[in-house]
Amino acid sequence: MALKSAMAVTGGILVLFLIAHMYGNLNVFAGQEAFDSYSHHLRELGEPMLPHGGFLWIMRVVLLVSIIVHAYAAAVLAIRANRARPVRYQARKRVQRSYASYTMRWGGVLIALFAIFHILHLTTNHIHPGGAFDSPYERLVAGFQPEFFYVTLFYILSVIAVGFHLRHGIWSALTTLGANKASRERPLNIIATVLALVITIGFLLTPLSVTFGLVE
Amino acid sequence: MNITLRVWRQKGRDDKGRMVTYKVEDVSPDMSFLEMLDVLNEKLTLEDEDPVAFDHDCREGICGACGVVIDGVAHGPETTTTCQLHMRSFSDGDVITVEPWRAKAFPVVKDLVVDRSAFDRIIQAGGYISAPTGTAPDAHAMPVPKTDADRAFDAATCIGCGACVAACPNASGMLFTAAKVTHLGMLPQGQPEREARVVNMLNQHDEEDFGGCTNIGECAAVCPKGIPLDTISQLNRDLLGSLASGKAE
Repeated sequence: MALKSAMAVTGGILVLFLIAHMYGNLNVFAGQEAFDSYSHHLRELGEPMLPHGGFLWIMRVVLLVSIIVHAYAAAVLAIRANRARPVRYQARKRVQRSYASYTMRWGGVLIALFAIFHILHLTTNHIHPGGAFDSPYERLVAGFQPEFFYVTLFYILSVIAVGFHLRHGIWSALTTLGANKASRERPLNIIATVLALVITIGFLLTPLSVTFGLVE
Repeated sequence: MNITLRVWRQKGRDDKGRMVTYKVEDVSPDMSFLEMLDVLNEKLTLEDEDPVAFDHDCREGICGACGVVIDGVAHGPETTTTCQLHMRSFSDGDVITVEPWRAKAFPVVKDLVVDRSAFDRIIQAGGYISAPTGTAPDAHAMPVPKTDADRAFDAATCIGCGACVAACPNASGMLFTAAKVTHLGMLPQGQPEREARVVNMLNQHDEEDFGGCTNIGECAAVCPKGIPLDTISQLNRDLLGSLASGKAE
């Protein structure tokens, strides 16, 4: 039970991070200067109270802890669920569960792998199919050129996986934290769907704009 | 109607079990599913075979004794108990797969019969109120708002059949536990033990090796009594409140 509350709370932290991250991404439409200065400003945030990059490191630690707690709780609960049904059904039919709700576990694994690739790709720039650059904007534009369509495709699939994960995750977290009532079931589901859609589309806009030449 | 049944046969707790195929002929569409099994069992008895064991009692949809997974859905294609499911819900020539509830907490006793005493132990852990004995109080001595009474009653209609566990991808007994927590938590008589109840019942639930709830909602979708999914949120709310207040012990 503590595990589920932990998953709900850490999931909430990660959703807030995604919204902030999406906002940062969308700066790309304001041009190279805006995008790079946003990225630069993240490192200066909180100065002089915090050292250079201090805010970013606090965020990184919070996020890393959240991900570890989230994944650990998910793993323990998944093992428990598997143990709870040692003999499987021969016939299986879903009654009303959604695609989102039964891809939570493997979808989560895919998202974790994607996050690792994404950090190596655009944060540390160890993986740089389009060449390494100091400017985040140039990394982005080089990374999603049409000739690296396989990279873009992986991003698209992963972002859609994030969308599905959020669709059920937001609803589930709210229910776990006790927010659901019969009269609220529809509004909560709508909130989850809308948030998932906004975040999915918001994240798809940036790489697709580069691929299709809207951002150069 | 002629029906082909694929039924789970298991001699006892330690037997491995297997699916066996039977043909049932001349089935009336007005028969209930259990009556169709009765026909099969009469045939098996005449052939000196062991009849298929299945749980049943009232055959009116109110006791919660019957319950099998039919074609992958707990209680079959209609949202009702297995005894209230009729053969008209199937077509002539159908192949129907019949399996027992599958959960570690519900071990198979024989064929389609499972041991559901895990539910009894969850109730024993807190699904009650402590009331002083003596003359019955006047019915209007303790006012209950109508909405609370309705909600408590909706939750109290749970018959403990176990379909929620059978349908849950995690084999969780959360809807059953939540129904009792909501039923007693809505009423004034349930208040003194409310904080302790939710914690004790959940601890027992986990101890019985049920899985955890991931809010998928298959339980409420198959529940013959329509226990609403939001009872689980009520349970979560009570639990968080109970842990925060420190009154759980």
